[in-house]
Amino acid sequence: MRITMENIYKAFGTNQVLTGVNFELVDGEVHALMGENGAGKSTMMNVLTGLHARDKGTITIDGKETYFKNPKEAEQSGITFIHQELNIWPDMTVLENLFIGKELKNSFGLLKVTEMKALAKKQFDRLAVSIPLDKEAGNCSVGEQQMIEIAKALMTEAKVIIMDEPTAALTEREISKLFDVISSLKKAGVSIVYISHRMEEIFSICDRITVMRDGKTVDTKAIPETNFDEVVRKMVGRELTDRFPNRNPNLGETVLQVKGLTKKGQFEDVNFSVRAGEIVGVSGLMGAGRTEIMRAIFGLDGFDHGEIWLEGEKVTIKTPDQAVKAGIGFITEDRKDEGLILDFSIRDNMVLPTLYSFAPKGIINEKSEIDFVNMLIKRLTVKTESPDIAVGKLSGGNQQKVVIAKWVGIGPKLLILDEPTRGVDVGAKREIYDLMNELTDRGVAIIMVSSELPEVLGMSDRILVVHEGKINGELLKENATQEKIMTMATGGQ
Amino acid sequence: MNSINAVTKPKTNMMNAITQKLGPLLGLIILVVIVSILNPSFLEPLNILNLLRQVAINALIAFGMTFVILTGGIDLSVGAILALSSALTAGMMVSGIDPLLAILIGCILGGLMGMVNGLFITKGKMAPFIATLATMTIFRGLTLVYTGGNPITGLGDNYLFQLFGRGYFLGIPVPAVTMILTFVVLFIILHKTPFGRKTYAIGGNEKAALISGIKVPKVKVMIYSLSGMLAALAGAILTSRLNSAQPTAGTSYELDAIAAVVLGGTSLSGGKGRIFGTLIGALIIGTLNNGLNLLGVSSFYQMVVKGIVILIAVLLDRKK
Repeated sequence: MRITMENIYKAFGTNQVLTGVNFELVDGEVHALMGENGAGKSTMMNVLTGLHARDKGTITIDGKETYFKNPKEAEQSGITFIHQELNIWPDMTVLENLFIGKELKNSFGLLKVTEMKALAKKQFDRLAVSIPLDKEAGNCSVGEQQMIEIAKALMTEAKVIIMDEPTAALTEREISKLFDVISSLKKAGVSIVYISHRMEEIFSICDRITVMRDGKTVDTKAIPETNFDEVVRKMVGRELTDRFPNRNPNLGETVLQVKGLTKKGQFEDVNFSVRAGEIVGVSGLMGAGRTEIMRAIFGLDGFDHGEIWLEGEKVTIKTPDQAVKAGIGFITEDRKDEGLILDFSIRDNMVLPTLYSFAPKGIINEKSEIDFVNMLIKRLTVKTESPDIAVGKLSGGNQQKVVIAKWVGIGPKLLILDEPTRGVDVGAKREIYDLMNELTDRGVAIIMVSSELPEVLGMSDRILVVHEGKINGELLKENATQEKIMTMATGGQ
Repeated sequence: MNSINAVTKPKTNMMNAITQKLGPLLGLIILVVIVSILNPSFLEPLNILNLLRQVAINALIAFGMTFVILTGGIDLSVGAILALSSALTAGMMVSGIDPLLAILIGCILGGLMGMVNGLFITKGKMAPFIATLATMTIFRGLTLVYTGGNPITGLGDNYLFQLFGRGYFLGIPVPAVTMILTFVVLFIILHKTPFGRKTYAIGGNEKAALISGIKVPKVKVMIYSLSGMLAALAGAILTSRLNSAQPTAGTSYELDAIAAVVLGGTSLSGGKGRIFGTLIGALIIGTLNNGLNLLGVSSFYQMVVKGIVILIAVLLDRKK
């Protein structure tokens, strides 16, 4: 299937989102679509699949002008959009998910389970995955859920699959599995549009790349003819000196010391320490127990035994409020569900951990509260017209800044950042890294859990690698490499 | 999708803000105008004072319910708490305890009953609907056990006690004064103190509130205790007005309270709403009751009309 989109315009009200984009997709190609948040990637794909009608421009499919009225029509013609938020019914089985809305029925209206099972099995075999068909989809890993979506697309004879940030929540192993599937689909003539923020992935699996900026397609190039720097430059429209700022850590006293932390089935005998002004990166495969260890330290989930020492004193942290009181901030990996109250204003979110400091006599002093919020907005360069805007309306990068601001506000001794730049575009990433540097300069100790190896390598002074609930190794920045981390993360030394 | 919001939201936002702030008040005004055109005697001072007194009991319960609903919870047990605490208060008075002390103890007992709700919901991790449905049945049953199904009378002739439900202060019925004072205190707590902010935060996103260091279980237990205490206070007013404790007092009061909260524009999913709205909501229900009585509408039809008004209000709320 050959798709050509020419000079497409799309506006929502007075907001011009697409201003003359061009895009081409040929048979059996993996075509990367890159651009900062809000550049128009999803809108362009939504115009293609008929969710939005175009204002101007032509879309040609296999030489014929084609405009879908809705995504279902696109699907029937072989174009499937797998969104970042997967379309999974968690309480239904894998089989039920695969056939939802397209169940095979006999003439009495009863389900033809055997046939559906056979069909499902065929698709799973083709993808070389083995997920039990009667498993509840909600109990499947994110990677498995994605495979269900891909199998679902293949069952409708998809010739084009659009994937939006498919690897955002996958483990390394699941990512490589996904890449295998992508290359076998490619061999079968299926084309993939691959929307992602992850440069390494794009360069390893894509054939061509189209970069978008501010509602325009800036350039399309074959992957071998371009490089990281050029792509980043085109995305942000300005020179980015480096993806990571320089670090000159000035290490102080030990802030956090964890001794023998153990929780049955999750992590075992975890020992490490973090010093003032230090960034300790925590790497490991997803599901290795990284997040669980951090949640235990913060008092969110308990642990069986072990000790936590803060600034040389043994502390008992059983609930998050005790952790906050002790000067620990926790930026969780799930910003929307755990970090922010999306309907609430920037101001209401930012002051949550510090409410009492504005109410020495019980009544909140709104003036000092507003001053404080404005100071944080300025210091973290949150882009907003007013502190009273709901955080849900901000871009991913700005939302993350609000979460960080919340914790900067408590004057933390220790900040735990779990996937601090997930879903954040390149420009804002750099700002968050700069901010981490600024905080460590002021003596804050930082633990950064991250699945992005370049980020771990670029920002950490020391790297802990977690494997199956244990710290399998520790690397200093000087001698850490991606290969060494991956070896340790998979159980090697 | 985001871009659509970006363009259209500012306008609808402002409209929303206006309708959310003034919608219930506007509804009340329209209702008052209609009723007073149909029967001008509605506006007579005596009737208005009477209406305020009638509204007080529902309003007090609904104030507590507002906090509960703002956290995303619900309290079905308030009517039963009202009955049980009222029976216990009357029992104490009959046995010779000073009436005001009895009322105070009654309110504390109501608070403790609410605390039981809160503990089941937080420590027991039960859904508020289920927990308070169960305690509602238990408290109701205990009331019948304690009273043997008979009203408790012979509460004496303590002047202050009689004033509590029947008297006037500066020409205003004491229950209405109690309602207004309670409103002012709760308004300040909800909008001007950390406790109020936490109430909203829990309803907005409980996980995020917890991770921000808010003691979610403690705040919830306090809110259910407050709800119980306010129900007991309403019970004391009722006891004084009737000069007796009725075993079936407060039946279905929880539904009127929830209706007042919803009419006041508070979202049942939590995090959004205002206590001023609840006051207006209670006044709307009071005006309906009072007005329909004045117009001579049979009480059977009154129920139908009340239900329809709630449906319309919620539909209008949806439109926003």
